[in-house]
Amino acid sequence: MSFSAMLSQLVGGFGQTVLIFALTLVFSLPLGLLVAFCRMSKFRPLSGLTKIIISILRGTPLMLQLFAWFYGPFYIFGIKLTSSYRLIAIILGFSVNYAAYFAEIYRSGIESIPVGQYEAANVLGYSKSQTFSRIIFPQMVKRVLPPVTNEVITLVKDTSLAFAIAYTEMFTIAKQIAAAQTSIMPLFIAGVFYFIFNFIVAQVMERIERKLNYYR
Amino acid sequence: MKILEINHCRKQFDGVEVLKDISLSVDEGQVVSIIGPSGSGKSTLLRCATLLETMDGGDLIYIGEHAAKDSENGSVYASAEQLKKIKSNFGLVFQNFNLFPHYSVMKNITEAPILVQKRNKDEVYEEALVLLKKMGLSDKADSYPYQLSGGQQQRVSIARALAMNPKILFFDEPTSALDPELTGEILKVIKDLAAEHMTMVIVTHEMSFARDVSNHIIFMDGGVIVEQGNPSDVINNPQQDRTKLFLSRFQQ
Repeated sequence: MSFSAMLSQLVGGFGQTVLIFALTLVFSLPLGLLVAFCRMSKFRPLSGLTKIIISILRGTPLMLQLFAWFYGPFYIFGIKLTSSYRLIAIILGFSVNYAAYFAEIYRSGIESIPVGQYEAANVLGYSKSQTFSRIIFPQMVKRVLPPVTNEVITLVKDTSLAFAIAYTEMFTIAKQIAAAQTSIMPLFIAGVFYFIFNFIVAQVMERIERKLNYYR
Repeated sequence: MKILEINHCRKQFDGVEVLKDISLSVDEGQVVSIIGPSGSGKSTLLRCATLLETMDGGDLIYIGEHAAKDSENGSVYASAEQLKKIKSNFGLVFQNFNLFPHYSVMKNITEAPILVQKRNKDEVYEEALVLLKKMGLSDKADSYPYQLSGGQQQRVSIARALAMNPKILFFDEPTSALDPELTGEILKVIKDLAAEHMTMVIVTHEMSFARDVSNHIIFMDGGVIVEQGNPSDVINNPQQDRTKLFLSRFQQ
């Protein structure tokens, strides 16, 4: 196999990697906020249940969770799976798992906002939702950006776990070519791709951070 | 006209009685100062009056409207909708300013009138500019709170409260986070407001300021009003031993 043929296969897989990455963020970032609300709920059964779910999601390997999402519907419910379900299982697995991490990051951010902010808004007559959306949320975003960046960077690399259920993203392809050609070159190139991707991610996150630096 | 009336207010935290049967009323244009040692319950009283805490018992009445009504089972609060309406009667200036750090000075002042009171945007902006001028901060409209000194921040927070056109303004130790120089700056603003007959309730540790600015002084200790009356009487000639003891350091 020529170098360029290998490269073009890897680039094709990279598209899938970016797809997993983007879809996971689109779903997990908002879902994390919802989970954070449940976790902070004053209704004990809800916050307790959420806490248990978060602890399972964070406490078990993501690869195992991907297996569960992919094989679970068949083994538990006997549902016949189509090939397109592979991607759905991956997005479900990644989104739910990352939402658990994001939820805890959001929670730490929300809880770090001084109570005086709530009180000032309260006295001025802001409703609870106005207080959150206008006063608390924007300040939370600024505070959680560094740990969120960490997670996003980890996500770029975690997309390679999709090989566990044989989804043809870049890492799966790289492994296949490496095995067929008995060469580690494809894996090395995949590594370079991940690095460049993350370099861009880090740049983007830094820009957002700088944009939010207009206040302290 | 009575702006604020509190009758038999009781409040406890985890079984500790912080306020024991406090009653007070504030007439239009009156400036009431509340003094007393730390832990005497003065801040809690202010927080009850501004609905940041709920009273265990007693009435809370703004301009004849009950925010809370005493009953056998303690204070019964009005509906959320009514409370929202009642809230527009008062403003509160915090010890730590509590400005919104992600908003410019202008937005800090104008958002609540536009968002909560649904007032005309241009009109609110115009009023805000007048308020900023009054606070000596005309050039700071586009600044962010972190760019201001403590005294400037506190003046913004006073402007923010005034922008709601409150009938009564509460101050919770407005100068306690400031150095003496900046303290003077804030006290002057409050004195100017008093000269305009703004109705105010001020919790403060500035004794001479309390004497000069207010029409009525309340000395609290241990959750009760120990002594109250004419400022110069209370400060210069206290009757109760507890008041004398508290003021003795100030008298020296």
